[in-house]
Amino acid sequence: MGLILEMLSYPFLVRALLGGVLVSLCASLLGVSLVLKRYSMIGDGLSHVSFGSLSIALALGWSPLKVSVPVVILAAFFLLRITGNGKLKSDAAIAMISASALAIGIVATSLTTGMTTDVSSYMFGSILAMSPSDVRLSAGLSVVVLGLFLFCYHKIFAVTFDESFAKATGVSVSLYNVLIAVLTAVTIVLGMRMMGAMLISSLIIFPALTSMRIFKSFRGVVWSSGILSVVCFCIGMAASYKYSTPAGATVVLVNLAAFLLFGGVNIIQRLAGPGRTTDRRGSS
Amino acid sequence: MSRLITCEHVDFGYENQDAVTDLTMEVEEGDYLCIVGENGSGKSTLIKGLLGLLKPTGGTLVVEEELKKTGIGYLPQQTAAQRDFPATVYEVVISGCLSRRGYRPFYSSQEKAVAQANMERLGIADLRRRCYRELSGGQQQRVLIARALCATNRLLILDEPVTGLDPWAIQDFYHLVRDLNRKEHVAILMVTHDVAGVVDQAGKILHLKQHVLFYGTTKEYKRSQAGRLFLGGEA
Repeated sequence: MGLILEMLSYPFLVRALLGGVLVSLCASLLGVSLVLKRYSMIGDGLSHVSFGSLSIALALGWSPLKVSVPVVILAAFFLLRITGNGKLKSDAAIAMISASALAIGIVATSLTTGMTTDVSSYMFGSILAMSPSDVRLSAGLSVVVLGLFLFCYHKIFAVTFDESFAKATGVSVSLYNVLIAVLTAVTIVLGMRMMGAMLISSLIIFPALTSMRIFKSFRGVVWSSGILSVVCFCIGMAASYKYSTPAGATVVLVNLAAFLLFGGVNIIQRLAGPGRTTDRRGSS
Repeated sequence: MSRLITCEHVDFGYENQDAVTDLTMEVEEGDYLCIVGENGSGKSTLIKGLLGLLKPTGGTLVVEEELKKTGIGYLPQQTAAQRDFPATVYEVVISGCLSRRGYRPFYSSQEKAVAQANMERLGIADLRRRCYRELSGGQQQRVLIARALCATNRLLILDEPVTGLDPWAIQDFYHLVRDLNRKEHVAILMVTHDVAGVVDQAGKILHLKQHVLFYGTTKEYKRSQAGRLFLGGEA
């Protein structure tokens, strides 16, 4: 308790906690849909593009957010098209785009300011990165994401579970895909400077994967991911404060621990309850 | 008898290349129509067209007004991502009610009752809390049919429904579809590879190979040139 009060006495830590909790929450909710649709690579690709655009903005002396947000949203559209097309080898294409964006960012930085601590903090995150305006933007983003999940929950389920059926019943599947990609893009840009370009995609992927170990309903997975992401983030921040480790990496390690824990529980459940396994012949 | 779907000299295709040409057929209430043909004969394209996901490039396609509103009950081919999807049977079934719902964010008690009734109809009511990915292939198909029936009671479009099922489950599935058709008068439009399995229960057959090779009743099909070739000369 004393540790938490001590942390809250630093304004920059309060901002980091607040912004981080909101960003993790958004990332985990969007992540459920992305992971289940096998779009996890999009998150990874976007974080690299975000790094590239941030470095260029910095090199040119422009406002980092104003450059990154539109660039990453554009990239999100593009990556979605590649994945949706099915003709190109989408995983290879995304890997190519990631590496190129990273390379552009590194070259741009080394040509201007040189490889300073700035670059390192973009790669691996910095606790100091959350400015008051970032926190406000994260709050706005969470309102949109939570609103989307509250009011369009069933449509998100339909689009995630079965695009063709959703299309046939008149849901505009591409609208939801674009919406989720755009929100993911904004989430990544906001969270990247704190978590680091290399680590931000874990906020999207881990909570959903962890929840899927135990929960068997979509509703359960969504709730669990949201709660898990917030809990893991707070624990990670506290640990990073106590042991002076980088915040982003610590949060990822806590997420990994949660994943292993849930995986273990899942194995024990299966061993303990063999009577509940599926009757292959059904009940007809 | 009212017409659910009418096609007159319809062409469907992508980017200047028609996958289906000059198709004339109709689906009436209570029909059981099978679409057969080899790979690449335009079956999937035709389904997309009927569902309204693809605009016809020529001819006229008329879908009955009420069906347009509720959407067509559709059983797509399963994707790999669905096999380990965390969702309960109930969640999947009730998602079929989406088109009735418009912009209301939550399901009404009436829609919940429809979902429950359809689960009972297909004998999966006791599975409602079970996880979709833990079910057998046959049970999964029942869940997806229940979902499609939530959208509409009048027409089911089934796209290669028996792919990946074991022989026992295939027989069971055909029984189920026949009962839906005969007892509950749900019109069935089934795309399949397995001609031999359905030829005895289907009312009409449409044999596609970009254009229509055969369209008529099953009896005529067994006697026709196309049918005898495709069925392996057994008739």
